[in-house]
Amino acid sequence: MGASWGGLNAYTRILSALPEDFPLPIMLVQHQHASADNRMPWLLARYCALPVIAPEDKEPILGGHVYVAPPGYHMLVEEDQTLAFSTGRPVLFSRPAIDELFYSAGAVYGRHLLGVILTGANEDGAAGMEYIHRRGGVTIAQSPVSSEAPTMPEAAITTGAISRVLDLEAIGPFLAEQVAG
Amino acid sequence: MAETYPIDDDEVSVEDIEIRLLLEAIYQMYGYDFRSYSRASMRRRIMHRLTMSGFASIMEMTDKVLRDRPFFVTLLNDLTVNVTEMYRDPDFYRAFREDVVPVLKTFPFIKIWHAGCSTGEEIYSMAILLEEEGLYDRAMIYATDIDKNVLASAKKGIYSIEAVKQYGDNYRRAGGKHSLSDYFTARYDSVIMEQRLKRNIVFADHDLATDQVFGEMHVILCRNVLIYFDRPLQERVIRLFSESLDMGGYLCLGTKESLRFSGQEDTFDVINKPLRIFRKRQFPHHA
Repeated sequence: MGASWGGLNAYTRILSALPEDFPLPIMLVQHQHASADNRMPWLLARYCALPVIAPEDKEPILGGHVYVAPPGYHMLVEEDQTLAFSTGRPVLFSRPAIDELFYSAGAVYGRHLLGVILTGANEDGAAGMEYIHRRGGVTIAQSPVSSEAPTMPEAAITTGAISRVLDLEAIGPFLAEQVAG
Repeated sequence: MAETYPIDDDEVSVEDIEIRLLLEAIYQMYGYDFRSYSRASMRRRIMHRLTMSGFASIMEMTDKVLRDRPFFVTLLNDLTVNVTEMYRDPDFYRAFREDVVPVLKTFPFIKIWHAGCSTGEEIYSMAILLEEEGLYDRAMIYATDIDKNVLASAKKGIYSIEAVKQYGDNYRRAGGKHSLSDYFTARYDSVIMEQRLKRNIVFADHDLATDQVFGEMHVILCRNVLIYFDRPLQERVIRLFSESLDMGGYLCLGTKESLRFSGQEDTFDVINKPLRIFRKRQFPHHA
């Protein structure tokens, strides 16, 4: 999942709707300044039945855990299902960047991946969503009307690669339902 | 339905084979060994260059790499990630002053190895810190990198004035005692680091993937380099560092780097956990 402006609110809504036996790993990027304190995992944990992790390099990806990209690093998925980090150039001024996570996860998980693009004020994540779609994954965008900043989901929707557009309230229940079925 | 499944998986496995062949070609032709680097990072960087250069496939780009050295240098610059800044992670430098410097002050002579120094911003950060702590005269900094091109610019110590403006804030947050502008001379739109900061720095090319132990060091800094290596190479490099350090020597890693998955946690004590300062044990703990 990826979000920028308004992301904290969006993530708390979605994660709080997930049951504690949610079986899939969740990786998420929230745009933030590189010098920001890494408070996101702590904040999100208060609204989430799943363990929320501030991952380290080579952290194994486990089902039912939420991994939050740290400020100042791109977070990537490795073939052996561990997390990798990079201090490569920011993408659209952002590090962590949503595209970096989406491209790397798309390559590893293919059609088993579900990508979610949320509220945000720039176009990061649109190219990554296109790639997830091309690899056979499911692509979900938060509806622009339910987004604090609609630019980011709009950019993804414009690519034509989005399978479902959902209001913020519907995303968590949709995810829970997908894995239950 | 058959369209979506095999085509996609083939696409990625073909790319994987192509990436392996490209890295092998680079190693055999130019001697740079990226074969044990984090595959996710390599893939992103290679795909980036592929998009930028307009080749139809990685194979086509590999052909160019083998025959065109300037193009290889461009790709090398992508693969080695030379994004750095002065006093990157200011809190680390502050902790280094508080946790490590007092011990270094008891040594008659200090050898510091900065592995993966890139274009040198962090080398000069350390040189300035040591000078402010009255340690620079008895220190020797060995600055190494795999890439000779970035070593050459590290040696020059010339940075853009725009970039340096942003480092002033880092410098203050890192506990800097004066003003960063005391340490360089500005000329037009660039600055050059003061000559006196360079007198105890030795620049050398060294490849952590293939080269050997490097002297008896008191401090090794290797920040945000290990994240680009796969686990076996990380293990090799941590062992190399451990063998290069004196008993009680310090190892400083990047803030997301860990000894947790390297199998060598027992060789080091943790001095500062969040800022990743470790110390080689005097006597290895054994049950």
